[in-house]
Amino acid sequence: MTDPATTTAHVLLRTSPHLRKAPPVDVIMRNVVYALLPVCAFAVWQFGISVLALMVVCTGACLLTEHLVCRFSGKPTTVGDWSVVITGLLLALTLPPGFPLWMGAVAAVFGTGVGKLLFGGLGYNVMNPALVGRAFAQAAFTVPITTWVPHGAADRFTTFIPSTLTLPFLKPVPIDDWLASHTVDGFTGATPLAMMKFEHVPADSLELLLGTTAGSAGETSALLILLCGMYLVFRNMMNWRITTAILGTSALFSAIFHAISPDIYPGPVFTLCSGGLMLGAVFMATDMVGSPVTPLGVWVYGALIGLVTVTIRFWGGLSEGVMYAILLGNACAPLISSVTQPRRYGAPKREWRGSA
Amino acid sequence: MAALGHWFRRTFPHGIHPAECKSLTAGKPIQRLPFPPELILPLAQHTGAPSVPTVHQGQEVVRGEPIATAAGFVSVPLHAPATGVIRGIDLMPTAKGPYTRSIILEVYPGDSQEVRYTAARDVDAMSPAEIIQAVQDTGLVGLGGAAFPTHVKLSPPKEHKIHTVLINGCECEPFLTTDHRVMLENGADLVAGTRIFMKALGAERGIIGLEDNKLDAAEALRAHLPADGSITVEVVQTKYPQGAEKMLAKAILGVEIPSGSYPSSVGLAVFNVSSTAQLGSLLPRSQGVIERVVTITGPGVDKPGNYLVPIGTPVRFILEKLGFRGAEQTLIMGGPMMGSTVASLDVPTTKGCGGFLVLTERELEGQTFESAYPCISCGHCVEACPMILNPCEMGKLAAAGRYGEMDSYFLNDCFECGCCSYVCPSGIPLVQYFRIAKAANRQKSKAS
Repeated sequence: MTDPATTTAHVLLRTSPHLRKAPPVDVIMRNVVYALLPVCAFAVWQFGISVLALMVVCTGACLLTEHLVCRFSGKPTTVGDWSVVITGLLLALTLPPGFPLWMGAVAAVFGTGVGKLLFGGLGYNVMNPALVGRAFAQAAFTVPITTWVPHGAADRFTTFIPSTLTLPFLKPVPIDDWLASHTVDGFTGATPLAMMKFEHVPADSLELLLGTTAGSAGETSALLILLCGMYLVFRNMMNWRITTAILGTSALFSAIFHAISPDIYPGPVFTLCSGGLMLGAVFMATDMVGSPVTPLGVWVYGALIGLVTVTIRFWGGLSEGVMYAILLGNACAPLISSVTQPRRYGAPKREWRGSA
Repeated sequence: MAALGHWFRRTFPHGIHPAECKSLTAGKPIQRLPFPPELILPLAQHTGAPSVPTVHQGQEVVRGEPIATAAGFVSVPLHAPATGVIRGIDLMPTAKGPYTRSIILEVYPGDSQEVRYTAARDVDAMSPAEIIQAVQDTGLVGLGGAAFPTHVKLSPPKEHKIHTVLINGCECEPFLTTDHRVMLENGADLVAGTRIFMKALGAERGIIGLEDNKLDAAEALRAHLPADGSITVEVVQTKYPQGAEKMLAKAILGVEIPSGSYPSSVGLAVFNVSSTAQLGSLLPRSQGVIERVVTITGPGVDKPGNYLVPIGTPVRFILEKLGFRGAEQTLIMGGPMMGSTVASLDVPTTKGCGGFLVLTERELEGQTFESAYPCISCGHCVEACPMILNPCEMGKLAAAGRYGEMDSYFLNDCFECGCCSYVCPSGIPLVQYFRIAKAANRQKSKAS
């Protein structure tokens, strides 16, 4: 028998529950990064080393910003939770392939610094930091963020797109000559969304699904993004209800308007597979921090994003509206949460759903 | 087919599926442990007023003899769990922490330990009032853990008409198999106890509810059911915390017990399986509660099993008999989800204690509830909470010390099942926060 004195001394006092289920936050975030890797790889395959450089620079800038801000505010660094890596990768994936690297870095610093750390870091930010960075880029660098390049250029693994290597704080190098020498048949320098919006020329659905079109670095293959998202859903690390609500609402609305006026408004398949909708619905709107916590709230939030996206696309000045739709959804999330409190067990019949 | 049937079985919304870990002891028949040299019987081992001792130091008592009487209605008597001599009535440590007045009984080692205090009773001839008094005389309390005097539940407010007696055999806590074994082995007593409850309450039906990880127990019980169909066995999905009476009412009858009310307000009375089986065996013989089945389990025990233990047996005695391995282990009284750790091994087994779980450092690695990360609003706690509350918001308020505001999120509906803490990826001690908040709010309302 063990010595009573030592046995007693080693009984630890804890409070229940004594067991808990992994995975912790860093594992969830790391798995989101894993899920993003195929999307990143496909972007590099399509657009070459320019996109690879953009990803490295954006992610590096995000990591460095978070690390330094933590250092200067005297807190232990929080880069270990992997969330900032997601921010960097997502930002790079939403930018055009030939986006100047220095501008990508600025957007990354702004997104991480203002979009996340200013609010207090992971868990406290209101909006998705990657989208804050992109919104900043959209406002500050209007020309480069709408300059598109064709996919699959022959020398994409050996040479950079000229604008990528623009020196810091200079205007992007013009890429007209580069475009002229690389343009394949019929490339107009416009994304399928812009073609649809301004010329009413719909793109081939299969091309959109597989991603063999022009567009932002990682937004092009809807199918691949969906598959990667399904991995996260399978691991219970992503709320599929949000994605379903966004895709469902936007498909429904475009179906309605397509039925009314097929020449002007694209059909649901085009809406779902074009632009950044799939990337936004799968990887950005589902960011846990910016989405509501209530079961009903996530459906409302998703529907709102889907609705705003289609509204901007159809009637707004921009050809793409996913970014602003998600940012708006993020801003509304706390409100949505508070008015969609679930009905508690044993509540009186006529209790208001919201909390006081 | 059994697995397929799972999806068609009834359940309650939300909840979690922790690893069951019941195979360590589920197949082990109930065995009697030897009597310890000394028993410690706290006078306050039930909810309500502490019992009043009727014995004095040096008095010899016989197994089953009453040694303390009930101090009022919400109280129960105590019976001597062994033949021996009273060593004294003194302050002794209890599992919950504080020292409380306890009767210390030295067991005669050579005695046959026969229960001599017994008298046959014809239950069918008793009136409900007589039955309620007889139930109190057995000293029976809720053996599922709450230790609430059973006879009090048999006297619901006049305006509440009880139509259904629910017998709770869910045992949703991982590791514990006490109720499972009782249902398998003491089915006749269980059904007899159910009938006594139904008679006392004037209820027309009795339902024994259990989870579908105990289908063998359901089969065994069906053989004992009366032919008139007044008592049935209902199998529900295995899910934590199915064993909470509110969840059981929801799963089996689709009824919600209103917030802040007793089950009697919707015509229900809920009793634990072990209590019911004890009643079915004790009341017809006019005996008192002197022992109970306890599951001793976990990777830190050499001989896990289900043991019949005299009330008052020190934990150390049990663990040494069964091989408590090494140091630095965590002993949990009850299950891993709602059980509590004990500060000392010298505390006694009480009526409300259905199991001891000994974990080792390996299981507890990474289980500490220090907030590793801030809340990322993943909503997993909201999806887990069986009371359909919002632990996420309440956790944020609690972390900020804004306990008063938590009432508007119905803090007091929380029964501390721990699902929220279990699923939190940030390791936020949510249920622990809520306990503190409730205590702080109680303190505040007392002060004002």
